[in-house]
Amino acid sequence: MAEEIQLLKGNEAIAEAAIRCGADAYFGYPITPQSEIIEYLAQEDPYNKRTGMVVLQAESEVAAINMVYGAASTGKKAMTSSSSPGMSLKQEGISYLAGAELPCLIVNVARGGPGLGTIQPSQADYFQTVKGGGHGDYNMIVLAPYTVQEQYDFVKLGFDLAFKYSNPVMILSDGAIGQMMEKVTLSAQVPRETKDYGWNVLGKSENRERRYITSLYLQSEVMEQKNLKIQAKYAEIRKNEIRYEEIQTDDADYILVAYGISARIARKVIRLARAEGIKVGMLRPITLWPFPSARLKELAPKVQGMLTVEMSAGQMIEDVRLAVEGAVPVKHYGRMGGIIASPTEVFINFKKLFNIA
Amino acid sequence: MAVDIEQYKKDLLAQGAEVVFSKTKNLTDTPFSYCGGCGHGVAHRLIMEVIEEMGITADTIGVAPVGCAVIAYEFWNIDAVQAAHGRATAVATGIKRTNPEKFVFSYQGDGDLAAIGTAETVHTCNRGENIAIFFINNGIYGMTGGQMAPTSLIGMRSSTAPYGRQHDVHGYPLSLTNLLAELPGTYYVTRQAVETAAHVRTCKKAIRQAFENQKLNKGVSLVEIVTNCNSGWKMTAPQANKWMKENMFPQYPLGDIKVPKTE
Repeated sequence: MAEEIQLLKGNEAIAEAAIRCGADAYFGYPITPQSEIIEYLAQEDPYNKRTGMVVLQAESEVAAINMVYGAASTGKKAMTSSSSPGMSLKQEGISYLAGAELPCLIVNVARGGPGLGTIQPSQADYFQTVKGGGHGDYNMIVLAPYTVQEQYDFVKLGFDLAFKYSNPVMILSDGAIGQMMEKVTLSAQVPRETKDYGWNVLGKSENRERRYITSLYLQSEVMEQKNLKIQAKYAEIRKNEIRYEEIQTDDADYILVAYGISARIARKVIRLARAEGIKVGMLRPITLWPFPSARLKELAPKVQGMLTVEMSAGQMIEDVRLAVEGAVPVKHYGRMGGIIASPTEVFINFKKLFNIA
Repeated sequence: MAVDIEQYKKDLLAQGAEVVFSKTKNLTDTPFSYCGGCGHGVAHRLIMEVIEEMGITADTIGVAPVGCAVIAYEFWNIDAVQAAHGRATAVATGIKRTNPEKFVFSYQGDGDLAAIGTAETVHTCNRGENIAIFFINNGIYGMTGGQMAPTSLIGMRSSTAPYGRQHDVHGYPLSLTNLLAELPGTYYVTRQAVETAAHVRTCKKAIRQAFENQKLNKGVSLVEIVTNCNSGWKMTAPQANKWMKENMFPQYPLGDIKVPKTE
């Protein structure tokens, strides 16, 4: 069969991928710059026309994430999406999903903050996304797409990982990736299916014990055991699921560390630098949690410096510094408030920060 | 000498005794840990009995709240989901929309349904989700130690309104049930109690009706159950029931508020 290629907006790619990978439900609340996800789904009407996938506009982000919690409890592939201020509202639900070990997919097409902020792209939700955000000790698997194709592919990957580990997965995108259009190679339609995973509530039959989806364990000894079990799972995820891409790191004297739209800019910075004879490479984390710390540590002694390029005041830089353990200077360059730095701007500042003439 | 209950039962049956009542299989053998005289135990039993009697255990998913009934998992021998405080009907919506063939109910207290979860409650009812909501109204926050509830009466003392609820400070008692009955999305709305045998019987019929309605796909069935919280009210159980009749029932009158139109 010939490849099916379509020109899609990043947000539309999320929606189309959800339908095609056999998602059971989308619950969301509109917010710029990601409303095309629910609009596309409403227009496509998968419930009536394609797969029977439920699409529902909730009264709030709070309700939406809890609808996801309900659907996920029954073993359905459920997802929601939002942008930064809305994602703050979802944090309670995310903590419960992690605590109850429920699989689901959450998409954040991030915009500038804090507060109501702006509608332009930003990467200032890194801390919220990879360091918790909600209460308690928990982690989500966090995927950071840097093309519309990845935005599409990470929906299926996200659901696969969510169900493999019974854990919420987040796609941390940004307003630029969400809004830009690129060609996307589409995958074949996968039918929806619900399995008995041994944990999902389906109604108690005579021949089995009841199932109870909960994050409540009133005895502290039991709660600690639950935490240890979750932490063991996270250790497994750290072992198996770290993903990253390296560009021209073999001979690099400097390494840029960037994800999402910043990685697109960093790719151009490499060309600008090499044109001037400065050997620059890039490590692009694809999973922000688990973070490619070990690889960064390996690379550190081979280079003179690392620069994180982030659209924030510098958040991922903390993880890079932790990874390299002081072996190499790590600097940050980024713009805030929805401004995307140009490659030239990043390159000039890179040279300044590392005193390169 | 200890009596072997199981052997005793067998002996009685062997002597020709007739079984006239047995506990529903939908309750676990864990003794209720609710305060003596509290309505939660009766409400739990009635709901679990109805599910068994209708033969829908294998098709029923319950949603438990935050509040005293947060420990429902100790007692309900059915598949269920623990929801975050106030979010029970959003969770129930997620379950029902993706599993329309299942019977889905939420069980919520006054703080859960009528304070922190007001938005979820109103919008679930407004969408006419095809679920049952069981709303336990005792006018106080029992689990957390007797704080004011949205349904606390004017003048009623609680740990956060120690001089009594005053409307100009704390607002008025909120009868969300009556408001919800106004929404086109609710199909059946009734207010019940479980403090007398007669009320227990009527309440059980209402619970049954709420489950039967789910077969019709016509919207929310809401059963409010007014109960006492004797420990929260700082009374004995008999005093609390008397106080409930004299004070709670005038504010929250029992009976059907919205009944399905006969077609």
